[in-house]
Amino acid sequence: MIETLAINYEEAAAIILFGIGFTMLLFHRNLIKKLIGMNIMDTGVFLFLASMGYIEGRKAPIIVNGVQDTAAYINPVPAGLVLTGIVVSVSVTAISLSLTAILYRRYRTLDLDEIYELSRHQTEDR
Amino acid sequence: MDFITNIPLFTIVLSLFSGALCFLLSGKTARKYTLIYEGILTLACAAVLWYTVRTGSAFTYVMGEFPAPWGNEIRAGILEAGTALFFIVIMLCSVSGGYRFIETDLDESKTNLYYALLNLMTAALMALVWTNDIFTGYVFLEILTLTSVGVLIVREIGRTTLAAMRYLILNLVGSGLYLLGVVLLYDVTGHLLMVPMKETIAQLWELPGYHPILILATGILTIGLAIKSGLFPFHFWMPDTYGYATPASGSVLSSLVSKAYIFLLIKIYYRVIGTQIFAQMPIGRILLVLGICGMVAGSLQAMRTNNANRMIAYSSAAQIGYIYMGIGVGGGPGFLAALFHIYAHSATKSMLFLTTPRLAEVSGGSLKFRELQGSGLRDRDAGLFFMIGAFSMIGIPVFAGFSSKILFGLAAVDSGSSIKLIAVMLALAVSSLLNAIYFIRTVIRIYSAPEEGKKTKVRAHHRPGYNIPMLVLTAINLFLGLFSWMAAELVQRGLMMFG
Repeated sequence: MIETLAINYEEAAAIILFGIGFTMLLFHRNLIKKLIGMNIMDTGVFLFLASMGYIEGRKAPIIVNGVQDTAAYINPVPAGLVLTGIVVSVSVTAISLSLTAILYRRYRTLDLDEIYELSRHQTEDR
Repeated sequence: MDFITNIPLFTIVLSLFSGALCFLLSGKTARKYTLIYEGILTLACAAVLWYTVRTGSAFTYVMGEFPAPWGNEIRAGILEAGTALFFIVIMLCSVSGGYRFIETDLDESKTNLYYALLNLMTAALMALVWTNDIFTGYVFLEILTLTSVGVLIVREIGRTTLAAMRYLILNLVGSGLYLLGVVLLYDVTGHLLMVPMKETIAQLWELPGYHPILILATGILTIGLAIKSGLFPFHFWMPDTYGYATPASGSVLSSLVSKAYIFLLIKIYYRVIGTQIFAQMPIGRILLVLGICGMVAGSLQAMRTNNANRMIAYSSAAQIGYIYMGIGVGGGPGFLAALFHIYAHSATKSMLFLTTPRLAEVSGGSLKFRELQGSGLRDRDAGLFFMIGAFSMIGIPVFAGFSSKILFGLAAVDSGSSIKLIAVMLALAVSSLLNAIYFIRTVIRIYSAPEEGKKTKVRAHHRPGYNIPMLVLTAINLFLGLFSWMAAELVQRGLMMFG
């Protein structure tokens, strides 16, 4: 068990990062920290993908010196997925931060529980 | 290759283009443009449905002509085409039925942005329905999340922003889990396209040592999508989200967005995991239990609230429970019932979300039950449509809700397990009873004479434009209720094409 973890230490680290981010996103009360948690969670997944896509001794799939053997190159798809994932993660972060800014401007706090309490005293809108 | 095979991609591209275009138009033009473009999309999806029913087989559109293990694909069968058509019709009804409230709830300079968001959301819905690649599914899942948050916060009161924040956080948790599930499956199989993935999974399942990782990946993916669609116990965001949004948003979010996630989930079970292997996993049983809990818990919470929109939102949680119960029963009939209920519930729930604000309008703008008393007498059209929707939710014969309950019962009988049969039958009975209590209570309330001294502003005539979308939704509802065998047969053929 420990040996397998030691061999696959990158994946183990990725899953631990995912867990940390996941718990932060779900249970932390501060909105900014929640978003940091979300980014850590996504980074965990990207690390997982990147480490799976990397094979020692192989090169990026651009043919040089006429070597056409597939064993010489890595699969480029995981790296492509990581890039797509980063783009998605950035746009999600942007939207979340702007929402946080709106909430902060209205309630002057970043604590989600406090915001919830404050909104309960608001007059019924409909 | 026929011309029609290009249409699925065309629907996605046109929606993305329309989203961008609406940013440039004025509010009024954007609305007219959106209605026209959704009309075109309806015709396009109907053409694909007609084509797939006529040829009796599904087709795959290969993007950029890269053949199967590489590249990206779009696939259209009866089920995809039917669902796309259904989604776009509901979208059209929500926009045309709710635009009056869009104009009152939104600042006029921002209405074009609202239509832009709705069109981008349509693009995401279309892509989720058509795609044959689970990573493309992830990307459009996030686009769907972002646009849903967008259509929530356009109504600028503090509560919608807070509701949007909570909705966003839960959805991010769900997307993160879905992404992890996809990555795990990709690592094990080496594919992202559904067809080669399914072949590899079928081979791996026979080998020793692969069961835990496959079950884990599928489970993580399932939890992610279950959180996003609001399965018990993740349903607590529903009342705030649906209750305070502008009616068109509430209708679209409850009847399309959460259903699109479930459709993707069913697609993954059929086209990636395979139903044979899924039946051997313990996931189905867990979904059955959670679904039944959701049915009862959602209804109990709906009974306790004093606000009509919140009641309907909690009832949505209960109905999502029905759908997951169908998936949990499993087998062909279980998935058939779940899919049928997706359609039945979407048609009914959008109708309810679009009529309650009209009842509130003649009750001093309040959605509280006390104020709503007699509102069905003040606005007779809205009262009638609310009653139809309520009857369908309870499951009174002739309406769609009744047919889906029969299908759930038949699926349970067909599953061959007496525990499942007893559990499903009991859950259906209890849940129908609870539904009947709170919906009939509301119907009686809106039709009983108002208290003495209350203002009674009577609305005699609506412009017919307000009632047309409602009539379309009623027609869908009655079609699903009276000709359920036709719809069920189509879904059945679609599921055969899936597998």
